[in-house]
Amino acid sequence: MTNIETNNHNIVYDVEGLNLWYGDDQALKNINMQIEKNEVTAIIGPSGCGKSTFIKTLNRMIENIPIVRTSGEIRYHGKNIFDKSMRVEELRTMVGMVFQKPNPFPKSIFENVVYGPRIHGIKDKKILMEITESSLRSAALWDEVKDRLHDNAYGLSGGQQQRLCIARCLAVQPDVILMDEPTSALDPIATSKIEELIDRLKEDYTISIVTHSMQQAARISDKTAFFLMGELIEFDNTKVIFSNPRDQRTEDYITGRFG
Amino acid sequence: MMDFNTIGQKTFNLSTKGVKKVNTYKIKIDHDRINRRIKLNNISKVVFSLSTVFALIVLAILLYRIGVQSYGWLNFKFLTKNLSIFPEKAGIYGAIIGTVGLMLIVIPVTLVLGVATAIYLEEYATRGKMQAFIKINISNLASVPSVIFGLLGLTVFSRMLNLGSSILAGGLTMSLLVLPIVVVSSQEAIKAVPNFLREASYAMGANKWTTVRKVVLPVAIPGILTGSILALSRAIGETAPLVVLGIPTLILRIPKTIMDDFTALPIQIYYWTLDTVLTAEYANLAAATIVVLLLVLFIMNSFAIVIRNKFQKRF
Amino acid sequence: MKDNISVRETIQNNIKNKKNITDKIMPAFFLLMASISVLTTFGIVLTLITDAYRFFIAVPFSEIFSTKLAPLNANPSFGILPLINGTLISTLIAMLVAGPVGLAAAIYLSQFASERVRRTLKPIMEVLAGIPTIVYGFFAYSFVTPLLMKIIPDLGAKNVLSPGIVMGIMIIPLVASLSEDAMNAVPEIMREGALGLGSTRLEVALKVVIPSAISGILASFVLAISRAVGETMIVTIASGSSKNFTFDITQSMQTMTGYIVEFTSGDAATGTTGYYSLYAVGLLLFLFTMVMNLIAQYISHKYREEY
Repeated sequence: MTNIETNNHNIVYDVEGLNLWYGDDQALKNINMQIEKNEVTAIIGPSGCGKSTFIKTLNRMIENIPIVRTSGEIRYHGKNIFDKSMRVEELRTMVGMVFQKPNPFPKSIFENVVYGPRIHGIKDKKILMEITESSLRSAALWDEVKDRLHDNAYGLSGGQQQRLCIARCLAVQPDVILMDEPTSALDPIATSKIEELIDRLKEDYTISIVTHSMQQAARISDKTAFFLMGELIEFDNTKVIFSNPRDQRTEDYITGRFG
Repeated sequence: MMDFNTIGQKTFNLSTKGVKKVNTYKIKIDHDRINRRIKLNNISKVVFSLSTVFALIVLAILLYRIGVQSYGWLNFKFLTKNLSIFPEKAGIYGAIIGTVGLMLIVIPVTLVLGVATAIYLEEYATRGKMQAFIKINISNLASVPSVIFGLLGLTVFSRMLNLGSSILAGGLTMSLLVLPIVVVSSQEAIKAVPNFLREASYAMGANKWTTVRKVVLPVAIPGILTGSILALSRAIGETAPLVVLGIPTLILRIPKTIMDDFTALPIQIYYWTLDTVLTAEYANLAAATIVVLLLVLFIMNSFAIVIRNKFQKRF
Repeated sequence: MKDNISVRETIQNNIKNKKNITDKIMPAFFLLMASISVLTTFGIVLTLITDAYRFFIAVPFSEIFSTKLAPLNANPSFGILPLINGTLISTLIAMLVAGPVGLAAAIYLSQFASERVRRTLKPIMEVLAGIPTIVYGFFAYSFVTPLLMKIIPDLGAKNVLSPGIVMGIMIIPLVASLSEDAMNAVPEIMREGALGLGSTRLEVALKVVIPSAISGILASFVLAISRAVGETMIVTIASGSSKNFTFDITQSMQTMTGYIVEFTSGDAATGTTGYYSLYAVGLLLFLFTMVMNLIAQYISHKYREEY
């Protein structure tokens, strides 16, 4: 049996020597990095650099692709997530994920939010209602939808849908939220709302966000990791990365010389 | 007005590396030929459209003929009376009950088998030899003539399992016959469920079965239903397998259980058509039964179309 | 925030206590269900082969490949050639109707028809394809045959011509819709290219679209032949059960499917050679449609790779 204890130690994720292959193609090469509690870690890099692959490895969603192989360790609160005793279902309730394209279920707003709690055995209507309200409030969506909780989620705007997905993720009270380019399908106003939300959420959660926008990374993150061709080139405080990068390639990328 | 002929006589100057070459193209436009081509095109358009309409005309004649022949024979009495050797007294109540009985077997059997098979192929099977084998199998099964299914039913259900020519034997035979349709249409419906919904579910810590049950199936159900209704309408109209099972010619008793002998709408049409040699009025009875059968099929198909249109393109 | 802690704990406890058997049992259950389709095929092959085998050991090959079919005689003879002949002739007539008309309809729908016309015609085609074959059988026997008799006075009340034609009408939608799919798969740029050079739509259809879609069209023909060979009720009703070996299409002929129906609904006792002959014919029919289907799959698979 696994025992994931949310201890007081500040390191949430400790990635050590992580390699990943799609069949024969190596997508991640010897990644070493640590993600700390209540920080926003931005992961940047050109398309195909492995940033999406990396974030999907953190909750083992990448294993849905059958040809994927990994080596190395990812320790989540000290426990290797690739360990046999680690139950992927448990890991994923601790580590929520928000996707590139808003992907609510074609059900009501309420049903969407309580999906997680429900499938994990919470049936009490009153508790589910409380979860819905608190999750939607945390996702800054409650005031907009409180009168139409039983309407279909696809009636919401794109930005609202994405915040609903965040609320759905918060409903199981995770510890970490992984975001895979969460604003790339949204307009600037919806994007800024999500960014504000991330800023508030980091008080309670640890957030990792993949983004193709360097401005976004600079605006919202505490730490930034720069990936290039499957390698972690540089990982440091966001301020350092954007003002005084150590690696020439990081500088080339953030100054827009490629990518 | 410019003369089109002159367009073809333009002179092109193409210079390459200082060497001045003058190529002169003379294209003579043959108006007669163009007119011929356009005429041919227009004639063929008419011929092609007539071919398409031909099918419609036949359909119209077929419906008209059957309507005329059934006129005066199709009434409430016809639907509620049982078979009789006297055409004026004969009704199809027994055949209706038989067809309903068949459906009561076919619906649960094909839904369970068909949807489960589709779920296995789309959600569980890894893309390997096993999946390919089952897929080829199903597509081949779909092309096996229905009369062969009759032979299978006769051997396995009627003789080996001793079910005779009961509703159960007929229903099971029909189920195997339409199973490929249900499987393929359910597969299509499951395939059409966008992958991002599955991802959303897995990311919430759901396992595969929960994801299938709570996310995939609810979204796929309209498609599955549409396909199942079409499969069912195929089963309602099929005759050959039932004839092969040896359904008796004249059944005067209304079936009470699924173990009873029975007759069904298409069977009744078949026997009445054969017997028109003896009694001309049987053709009217056959036509009247066809009207009933076609109406049932029409209602079912409309239902399928309504479901399809209502749930199309939700993402 | 006391409530929140309890939600987290409940979830974690529930996951820990869950045995997760569904992820082990359900795949096995689904595989079992999926195997039924495979079992059905095996069942068909097994029943056909077992009983056909008894037929083949009882009847010499010289008799099987003869033109004399008289299963119910006191001294029965089991020549299969009349049945093959009847099957091929009815199929040929059907294809002479369905081939050109179906193809022409496909060309019209994909090249000439406006979107509105297409959207009206296609569902009607589907209706035509959805009519039970027994209805076509009735139509052939009670309408088409009497109609043809006015043109061909010698036509028998049961003949192979009328069911052949009606069978052709029945498979028009199959040829039309599969061929149209193949034609629509031809990239739009190829058509536009030809149209831009001043070709008429007919020329585009004949010189660009059909050559590119030829394998899909062929596949639709092969499937149509397979359907016609396996079709039962139309020929049983309208073609009758004469077992003569003849090429005269105004006469009654029996097809392989018709033979099976006549024999099972008649009173061939289990265990007689006549009863086993049913399975021999069934086996032949099964193999034929199987091969045709595989050919169609092969052809259309090849054509999918072209673009």
